[in-house]
Amino acid sequence: MKNNSLLTRRDFLVKSFTAFSAIYIIPDIIPHASASKPLDKEVDSSTRWAMNVDIDKCVEGCSACVDACVDENGLYGFDRPETDSQWIRKLTLKDIKTEKISTLPMMCQHCENPPCCDVCPTGASFRREDGIVMVNQHTCIGCRYCMMACPFKARSFVHENLTEQVTNAPRGKGCVESCNFCANRIDHGADTTACEEACMNEGHQAITFGDLSNPNSRVNKAIDNKPGRRLRADLALKQRVTYSGF
Amino acid sequence: MDKIIFKKFIIKPKLFWLKFLFLGFFIFLGFLSSLYMEHEGHYITGMNNQIVWGMPHMFAVFLIIIASGVLNIASISSVFDKKLYKPLAPLSALLAIAFLIAGLIILVLDLGRPNRLIVAMTVYNFKSIFAWNIFLYSGFAVILAVYMWTMLDREVNKYSKYMGTFAFAWRIILTTGTGSIFGFLVAREAYATAILAPLFIIMSLLYGTAVYYLIIRIINRYLNFNISEEIISNLRNLTLYFLFANLYFLALYHVTNLYIAKHINFELFILTSGGIYTFIFWAGQVLIGLILPLVLIMSNKFKDTVALKYASILVLLGGFSAMHVIIIGGQAFPLNIFPDHIILDSAFYDNVVHSYTPSIYEFILGIGGIALALIIVLIGIANFKFLPTITPPSNINTQKD
Repeated sequence: MKNNSLLTRRDFLVKSFTAFSAIYIIPDIIPHASASKPLDKEVDSSTRWAMNVDIDKCVEGCSACVDACVDENGLYGFDRPETDSQWIRKLTLKDIKTEKISTLPMMCQHCENPPCCDVCPTGASFRREDGIVMVNQHTCIGCRYCMMACPFKARSFVHENLTEQVTNAPRGKGCVESCNFCANRIDHGADTTACEEACMNEGHQAITFGDLSNPNSRVNKAIDNKPGRRLRADLALKQRVTYSGF
Repeated sequence: MDKIIFKKFIIKPKLFWLKFLFLGFFIFLGFLSSLYMEHEGHYITGMNNQIVWGMPHMFAVFLIIIASGVLNIASISSVFDKKLYKPLAPLSALLAIAFLIAGLIILVLDLGRPNRLIVAMTVYNFKSIFAWNIFLYSGFAVILAVYMWTMLDREVNKYSKYMGTFAFAWRIILTTGTGSIFGFLVAREAYATAILAPLFIIMSLLYGTAVYYLIIRIINRYLNFNISEEIISNLRNLTLYFLFANLYFLALYHVTNLYIAKHINFELFILTSGGIYTFIFWAGQVLIGLILPLVLIMSNKFKDTVALKYASILVLLGGFSAMHVIIIGGQAFPLNIFPDHIILDSAFYDNVVHSYTPSIYEFILGIGGIALALIIVLIGIANFKFLPTITPPSNINTQKD
């Protein structure tokens, strides 16, 4: 007589395959389905990340973008402003001609011709195919030549031992670092940076980020609406960060 | 002409070890300083995210420039075939190698990650002048070693002219590379000009000659190898030419900056309103480093030896001041990120002249570097026959200065 309490071979195979799928196959499918770029796919130039800042929407006294960057990348300082890292900072400016006062965030401008990468002796400063300029923390020797070369003072040198690092932004004493358009988020499928998200959450929408290759991206729409201008255009560095409302 | 006989630097062992320990003490302190900077991080130094290169770079660039310049004597001897300088040529190559090593060690020990030197030696970005300099510096050390060998070994002596010419060409390119570290920085008004390369070359000729003269004076105190009056008179003339050439290139650099509208603010900062930087420029680099030595050298009132001695000391003080103005002054002036705007407020010092107060650690590292250069020279001359017993024209002058 057949014993119902025992698994048949068919049941065993079906259940095993189901369990196997649940553990190994489905998690592989889900991130692939939602990510704009699978992690195992090489970065290529079909995506061109860019950012625009509408300075008319940027609010004086607001530091949401700076705070978000600090949290996202674990940039907790030592209360030593001259040596603490700053990936993004706020500036207040007065136009010499019109006397208009404006405020804006400054960060790595992600140049297409980045002087920091040109001068780096080991190639630790590099530009990805999708336009993100960043530092390889394993090959940076801490010579700071890139900081001498950067026209925007966008880079910081890690001056002391770090304790509260976050896993998605490894940093190291003795290396140079700067804004990397939240590369870790982007590579995990997000299409927004921490600063843009914070700016949106505040309801200001001064910062817009996105893919220049996608005509419907937020950054393209923002630039179409109000053309952006590059800082120090005389240097012909073709930055991916532009400013509208200047 | 008398045959040149070279000999070792012979002093009493007790005296040798005293000098060795004296210099070794400063090297040890320098090493300890760098270890402390490395362990704690650079926040204990005067450098920060505004002034990213500080006193270690002043010492390092100064020593590397001197390394290229002290080869003058060997170059004059080999390349321009002046027999008068032949006895003094091997020492000139030894000094070059010693100052080069010292400058490079300071540079390496100031890196954020000196433990990654192997990365710098194996992974290159050939668009970077820094990467090229790694080849230029290490190549120079090898060329100098071979050059010394051809000068000191009679069997290969016939090749010394070729090696000397090679070393001469190499050091011109090397100093071009050192000047271009700054010259290729597009964003800063102080730099971004090709004229820094020839300016650095002419500075190297001046500082190198000064160091060479002062060191042979010190060695002569023990050895009495009677530097001929002719050589001293020639060195005095050379120093005069180099001083004029320095003034010329320095004036050209600053007048060019004054002429370029977008550089005017920086130029006026250095020349008139830069506080400590303006003071060091006029008092240190120009007055002490160029004008006073010119007066000493040109005046008939002083003997060659006296004029040259004090002029050389002043030239080196002025040279170190020049490093301060070029390296620190160039960074202190804020970057012009918004040419049409005034920066009212910034959380990152965008609108202020940056200040720099060097820490004791940086200073000791630099002094340790100089001690390293001198100890290499001491070990070299004590173990190898670098020093001439006579200098042509022989025995004309036995007067000790």
